[in-house]
Amino acid sequence: MAAEALGGLALGALLVVPPFLPPYFLEVLISVMLFGYLGAAWNILGGYAGQFSFGHAAYFGIGAYTSTLLFLRFGVTPWLGMLAGGVLAAAFGLGAGYLSFRYGLRGPYFSLVTLAFAEMLRVITVNTKAVGSSLGLVIPNREAAPANFVFAGKLAYYYVILAMVLAAVWITWRVARSKLGYALLAIRENEDAAEASGVDVLGMKLRAMAISSLLTAFGGTFYAQYFAYIDPTITFGPSVSIQGLLQAIVGGAGTVLGPLVGAFVLTPVSELSRAAIRGRAGVDVMLYGLVLILVISFLPKGVMGWVSRWR
Amino acid sequence: MTADLLLQGTVSGLLLGGVYGLVACGLSLIFGVLRIINFAHGAVMMLAMYTTYWLFALCGIDPYLSILITAPLFFIVGMLIQRTVIEPNRFAAEHNQLLLTLGLALFLENLALVLWQGDFRTVRPTYAGASFMVGEALVEVPRLAACGAAIVLAVVLFAFLRTTDVGKAIRAVSEEPEGAMLMGIDIGRIRAVAFGIGSACVAVAGALVTPFFYVAPDVGESFNLMAFVVVVLGGMGNFVGALFGGFIVGLAESLGATLLPGSLKQLIVFALFVLVLLLRPAGLFGSARGR
Repeated sequence: MAAEALGGLALGALLVVPPFLPPYFLEVLISVMLFGYLGAAWNILGGYAGQFSFGHAAYFGIGAYTSTLLFLRFGVTPWLGMLAGGVLAAAFGLGAGYLSFRYGLRGPYFSLVTLAFAEMLRVITVNTKAVGSSLGLVIPNREAAPANFVFAGKLAYYYVILAMVLAAVWITWRVARSKLGYALLAIRENEDAAEASGVDVLGMKLRAMAISSLLTAFGGTFYAQYFAYIDPTITFGPSVSIQGLLQAIVGGAGTVLGPLVGAFVLTPVSELSRAAIRGRAGVDVMLYGLVLILVISFLPKGVMGWVSRWR
Repeated sequence: MTADLLLQGTVSGLLLGGVYGLVACGLSLIFGVLRIINFAHGAVMMLAMYTTYWLFALCGIDPYLSILITAPLFFIVGMLIQRTVIEPNRFAAEHNQLLLTLGLALFLENLALVLWQGDFRTVRPTYAGASFMVGEALVEVPRLAACGAAIVLAVVLFAFLRTTDVGKAIRAVSEEPEGAMLMGIDIGRIRAVAFGIGSACVAVAGALVTPFFYVAPDVGESFNLMAFVVVVLGGMGNFVGALFGGFIVGLAESLGATLLPGSLKQLIVFALFVLVLLLRPAGLFGSARGR
């Protein structure tokens, strides 16, 4: 009961408080939500199925580039582009996943191959003039047009990403309680035993992959629309992949709310450190590295694992 | 496409391949004993390159001479990293150990960024521009020296592992940890020593490339990625394979640069990486184990 009341209170605060926040805090909150969202998307494959992708930037980038290119070249509204990017990313994820799982890549080998796939997309994008090469793409004309995913103020973007986060959390919750969720946990804990017990290991992993990559691509479109600028390093670079998994690991991989909790812990750490030490790039990521080491050493199940010990 | 260009590409590729081989030997040794893929390997190389840079810039110590300082220094740094960060988590899940080294890499790289900013620094001793011609191919002396020294060091290391007691203990732990423990080998110490030697390897590789490479906080990343490719090619934990894999990757990268425009050469390396991972995860020279 207490947990539900707390959850309801938190949700109410997330809905009601933001219009009264000063611009800076609203921006930070949007970052929290975006990272939490990416963490939730990663969590379905990484946390529940235990397949540690180091290459989710591939799906993020496909989402960002698909919607942006469709809009710039053909005037297709990014709302539709978002769907197209999601489908394309899921298709890419299924292809990459099928190859990796079919050939039995597990653990660190899976991590390495996903990293390689994302890096290949980055190199291709850098070298392709038609998609803006290393200069990236700018979305011009920022007059408010909600039909084209362009809003007048930051508040509207906040509610969009909040809705996306709630949807991702809801999907995670549904997956966790479904047959798929139990199969994924079985695969995570012992793949051979799951296989022997008649779990369709390949099929289940691919389903997790499809959901995870689709959601990640939506995040890419949101990023492109919110910042109005994308380039190969921002979207396909390793730091995007690391961001997603970091939120989930710190908050608690394989828990419904873990990634969001992780984002609420990590983003303020990075913002505060950047404010405290101005003019020095890298302080925030340095602290991320430190937090990652400390969390794995002292809270291997993340913040959620620590919370559940006290309940 | 002229034959000269291809010859030049082959020479450059083989010379850089030796360095990749040495970086990969260190990575492979650490993997063999500790069973973790060390994402912080490139970051250690970067720190060694900065050490070489500062020794040259502040004390005027020649990059090659500085190896006498960097090698033992980073042997100790490696042992300390292993003792303080990795050993306490040796029973943690495999993926958590992987993330541990990733966290370490993020920390070290960005520490360097905070301390020394992102500017590219170079070490240019008097012989930096020295070169000679072999047929139509230009051979830069520092690159040749780096490759030669890397091969020599790899051979010395190989002999060390084959003949000395510590070397034999390292191989025993890498092949059969429990058996090694029953034979009275102090596994914790051997794990630390292996991490130290692996770090010293990559530190020497870092010192060897500074006369012809730039020094920057993220310089280790590309070497680390190459070393992953090399180690996968040569077979995880396979020492000789790592050296040969280095030459294959160096060659693939360099010929890719000759044949393809822009930075598409990296595509060749990644494609090779994915293919080997999918088709021969135990490496080109390995047995079926390793999945």
